[in-house]
Amino acid sequence: MKSQAERAARSEEVKRNWLLSLPALALLLIGAAGPLLIVAVYSFLEPGDYSGVSWKFTFDAWIGVFFQQDIFDETWGLADAHLTIFWRSVKLSSLTTILTFVFGFPTAWFIATRPPHQRAFWLFLVTIPFWTNLLIRTFAIMEVIRNQGILNSALIWIGAIETPIQILYTNTAVLIGMVYVYLPLMVLPLYAAIDRFDFRLVEAGYDLYASRWRVMRRVILPIVKPGVIAGSILVFVPSLGAYVTPRVLGGGKNMMIGNFIELQFGQGRNWPLGASLSMLLLLIVLCALLFYVRVSTRKSDHG
Amino acid sequence: MTQPPAVEARGAMKVYGAGPAAITALDCVSVEIAKGEFFTLLGPSGCGKTTLLRLIAGFETPSDGAILLDGVDVSAEPPNKRPVNTVFQSYALFPHLSVAENIAFGLEMLNRPKAEVKATVAEMLELVRMTPMAGRRVAQLSGGQQQRVALARALAPRPKVLLLDEPLSALDLKLRKEMQSELKRLQRETGITFVFVTHDQEEALTMSDRIAVMEGGRVHQVGAPRDIYNHPVNRFVADFIGETNFIGGHVAGGALRLADGAEIALPGRSVGTLGEGEAAVLAIRPEQLRVGPAGGEGLAATVVETVYFGTDTHLHLKLEDGEVVVARLQSPPSGDVGLAAGAGVTVRFEPEAAQLLGG
Repeated sequence: MKSQAERAARSEEVKRNWLLSLPALALLLIGAAGPLLIVAVYSFLEPGDYSGVSWKFTFDAWIGVFFQQDIFDETWGLADAHLTIFWRSVKLSSLTTILTFVFGFPTAWFIATRPPHQRAFWLFLVTIPFWTNLLIRTFAIMEVIRNQGILNSALIWIGAIETPIQILYTNTAVLIGMVYVYLPLMVLPLYAAIDRFDFRLVEAGYDLYASRWRVMRRVILPIVKPGVIAGSILVFVPSLGAYVTPRVLGGGKNMMIGNFIELQFGQGRNWPLGASLSMLLLLIVLCALLFYVRVSTRKSDHG
Repeated sequence: MTQPPAVEARGAMKVYGAGPAAITALDCVSVEIAKGEFFTLLGPSGCGKTTLLRLIAGFETPSDGAILLDGVDVSAEPPNKRPVNTVFQSYALFPHLSVAENIAFGLEMLNRPKAEVKATVAEMLELVRMTPMAGRRVAQLSGGQQQRVALARALAPRPKVLLLDEPLSALDLKLRKEMQSELKRLQRETGITFVFVTHDQEEALTMSDRIAVMEGGRVHQVGAPRDIYNHPVNRFVADFIGETNFIGGHVAGGALRLADGAEIALPGRSVGTLGEGEAAVLAIRPEQLRVGPAGGEGLAATVVETVYFGTDTHLHLKLEDGEVVVARLQSPPSGDVGLAAGAGVTVRFEPEAAQLLGG
């Protein structure tokens, strides 16, 4: 049984802990929940005359996300342009996630199997790109892949091609840029998972007649899965809302959701449409997260 | 026609590194292990016993020599192609699988039909008495239970040889004794050849059909527990297995002459390859020493200390040349052997109980 004094001390401690976390909670509330609420409200308003919103409640913006009215015969049809942009975003983000995993897994494995005193050095190398501004790194990529860039010049010089390959301002360029930018976000959680992995289990797998591929498939991957999921979320979520990379490397044509939303708040002067597009992006991310959570928990339930 | 041995190491060498920094873990080891045998590799840590086990499993390839299973050279085969399974020191159970799934793993990798896998898993669970735990996660098991699962997992594919790498070292004493007899039972019931690695000489003596005593990458002696205990071939084996007194001296005409000139006659005992005047030691087990009153037959000695062990009492005796030997006596009903420190006694032993070894 707890004494009166102990209980009082306990409640005092709880109160103090709350007080300590208050600044962070306040910041989260003002910085995250507040703007989110504003965006949610804006998505149900009409656009203002020049910019901003006018305070009239309507579903127009939400309808406008999916449907559009033909200018001439005034019939309603699916908003093809919007759907294309969404589809391109989801496709590029998924491909980015898969490619960062394909490149990141061997890298993380390599680092985790170095002698302990060398690992810090390799991890340090992985984090070096973070030192430079994203915009500058993206322009550097541009320098590599543009028609007169390093890649095309090199290919022409060795005689592999005669005319430059058009990579810049294509989806491929956006993909290359995003894989490059988000690769460390995949490598780090994968490394953390592989670092905890007991390599003796690989021997146990070989001993029990598993081939190399089956050891990977049946022993290593299921055990490092939390790292794979964490890395996938860390890559997929920000790449879905990517702005700088598609803007610089994709040119005007290959917009992703992020660019399209920016367009609505800028030149488009349609804040409610931008707001509803933002909310939709949020919903897609939430659905993706729920999917990941379900996949990860279901698998670990029955093993 | 004789059957080929289940396992044979033929001049097996394992060298790590190269040049002057190279470490020889296994130095030209040749052993033959018969079918259905409980064979133990015994030695202190770093003696090469685990390296030899890993060579048999296929985790390492020999630098020279060969590993044969049933007379077939498998030196180049990877572990997943060898009909050999291992019980790891750390158990190495798969944490993402249940007990039953762990046991089924090897069978599934061999692409056995589902019904057969299920039946074998049930049989294995029964064999190691873990049926009620089939659905448990590995992390929810105690050390002893994990041990049983590791055994069942390695036995399920019915390997020709089961390798056990110090599997009992992580268990407490009581559980270890229990698992020792459990292992013997499993070996009897399955008839599979067991190759067991341990540094515990008592474990080796009680469980094995034959023992290979190893040190520094070499095999000193291979033989049945009784042979190894009673007829060690050298000082290392005599010292490592059980407790031994060593009485040093020189060979002098069929006898051992001690430093103080006293002679121990060795009638009927061959001095082997030892020549006249060569340094030699006499190895004699404490329980083989007979202690009599002063002035009697044998070597004169003085009691240094008596240590009471319950059933036994150990007498530490100083011989005239200054060497101390230990005699183990059964404690009398009173519990007191009646010999205080400083008392004069004589020590005797049957010549055939002693072993003359090169100094």
